[in-house]
Amino acid sequence: MLVRARGLTKQFGGFTAVDGIDFDLYRGEAFGFLGPNGAGKSSTMRMIGCVSPPTSGELTILGRDPVRDGSAIRARLGVVPQEDTLDVELTVRENLLVYGRYFGLSRRVIRDRTAALLEFVQLSDRARDKVDPLSGGLKRRLTIARSLINEPEIMILDEPTTGLDPQARHVVWDRLFRLKQRGVTLILTTHYMDEAEQLCDRLVVMDHGRFAAEGSPRDLIARYCSPEVLELRFDPELHESAADKLKDFSAERAEVLADRILLYVSDGDAALGAVRAGGLEPLTSLVRRGTLEDVFLRLTGRRLED
Amino acid sequence: MGVLAAGVPRLGNPSFRAFQCWLTVYRRTWRSSIWSSLLGPLFYLGAMGFGLGTLVDRHGTASLGGVSYLDFVAPAILASGVMNTAMGEASYPVFGSVKWNKIYIGAQASPLRPADIFRGHLMFMTMRIAMNAGIVTLFICAFGAARSPWVVLAWPAAILTGLAFAAPIAAWAVTVTSENSFSYVFRFVMMPLMLFSGTFFPVSQLPGWIRPLAYATPLWHGVALCRGLSLGQIGLLAALGHTAYLAVLAGAGIWAGARTYTRRLYV
Repeated sequence: MLVRARGLTKQFGGFTAVDGIDFDLYRGEAFGFLGPNGAGKSSTMRMIGCVSPPTSGELTILGRDPVRDGSAIRARLGVVPQEDTLDVELTVRENLLVYGRYFGLSRRVIRDRTAALLEFVQLSDRARDKVDPLSGGLKRRLTIARSLINEPEIMILDEPTTGLDPQARHVVWDRLFRLKQRGVTLILTTHYMDEAEQLCDRLVVMDHGRFAAEGSPRDLIARYCSPEVLELRFDPELHESAADKLKDFSAERAEVLADRILLYVSDGDAALGAVRAGGLEPLTSLVRRGTLEDVFLRLTGRRLED
Repeated sequence: MGVLAAGVPRLGNPSFRAFQCWLTVYRRTWRSSIWSSLLGPLFYLGAMGFGLGTLVDRHGTASLGGVSYLDFVAPAILASGVMNTAMGEASYPVFGSVKWNKIYIGAQASPLRPADIFRGHLMFMTMRIAMNAGIVTLFICAFGAARSPWVVLAWPAAILTGLAFAAPIAAWAVTVTSENSFSYVFRFVMMPLMLFSGTFFPVSQLPGWIRPLAYATPLWHGVALCRGLSLGQIGLLAALGHTAYLAVLAGAGIWAGARTYTRRLYV
């Protein structure tokens, strides 16, 4: 077991950011904290990263106490923070040099690892370029390379793809997936359900500093969602009356959003037929699989990116 | 620092490793600061020492201790110059390392502790102070404003003066939430210190009631020490007294910085 938390709590003044959570993380797994902004994900990550002392509860990382042995633990972690902390005045290579020196690595070791890491994140041809003009996606990849300079056992990624365009996100996911294949333990936070589904073996849904649910993405969807979801959009003027009618004749669970109605059903097409047979004609309709977004909605009554 | 994990080679003191980061950055940016380091003191020495000095010397320099105005003011330009360097290096760069380029935040994820990050940055500030103090000391000698071989000790005296400012300012700057605070310090602390610490005229010219205040300021001690060495007019006891004052201030800043950095970064 790499990380063990019991009753882990973080308070800032009177505000409780993390409210007594328990979890165990095992070697080689990818563990995700899924939740909206302000759910307590980043505070939890900072505590695991040994840069924030827990207010109360137990926390053990790599068998050590983060308050007493923070420095020794951090030597074995790789951290990709939410906001880039690259030195934009320096070149790609110099950023890795500076960071490697923080870890006390020799210049020779850093040079060898830099070549391999830049290769890994596909930045070899930019090694001598300054960081400043690089795109968000390239900077993120450099941050990932930098966090690997000490060959960490655990990687901590706080919203690794927030702010990136879809193509850049897929590159980052691909690299993180390869790291996982190599046996690096990943701990990540995200408010993107697709990211969690792509990367995480196990995840917790976090809300108001607590865990609302815990399991593999597939487990959670099976437990809290239906196999299919029927999304219906009505004329805004008919939206409410349609919602009432649907509740009347549909035995299945319905979620009424501001612009859409979601019906959680086992067979989407059949349900759509039933809706039409009941005399309701939606403007648009969509049948899709249940996702973590639906799980989150079910558990918290709110959408993830609100 | 015996807590680094086995398998991670321990190369160098952790504060020194943080210092190396600043050195790498400086290798890229030194060109932009070198001109102000060279020309600033040159302008001051030219304007004050020669321009104003000609006027002052014509009216007699008994109140300056009988030395020319250039000789009188040059070591003060050294001491007040390092104060400005210290303020420049310990204010915005410290604040920016938390808020703007986040150098501290990046470093914090490594085995470096906040106190290491502080001391490493302070080493770099001391290096910058030593560079600028060295340049001015050389100018003083080149202009023939040094009247004693003890002037070689004015260089370390100026470095100590700079550290006595840099350490407490950095310890405070890391806690600042808005960069506006710095302009207040520049205007209401640095400016009066620069003007009334026996720099451009002797403190004896000030009204009697305000003199004790001037004697209590760190810059007065720095100026008195540098001037005494440059002119060869300082007793051992006075020199030790000034040195002790500045060393205590620097020590207090170093002590406080380890704590304020921890409180700011480790939350």
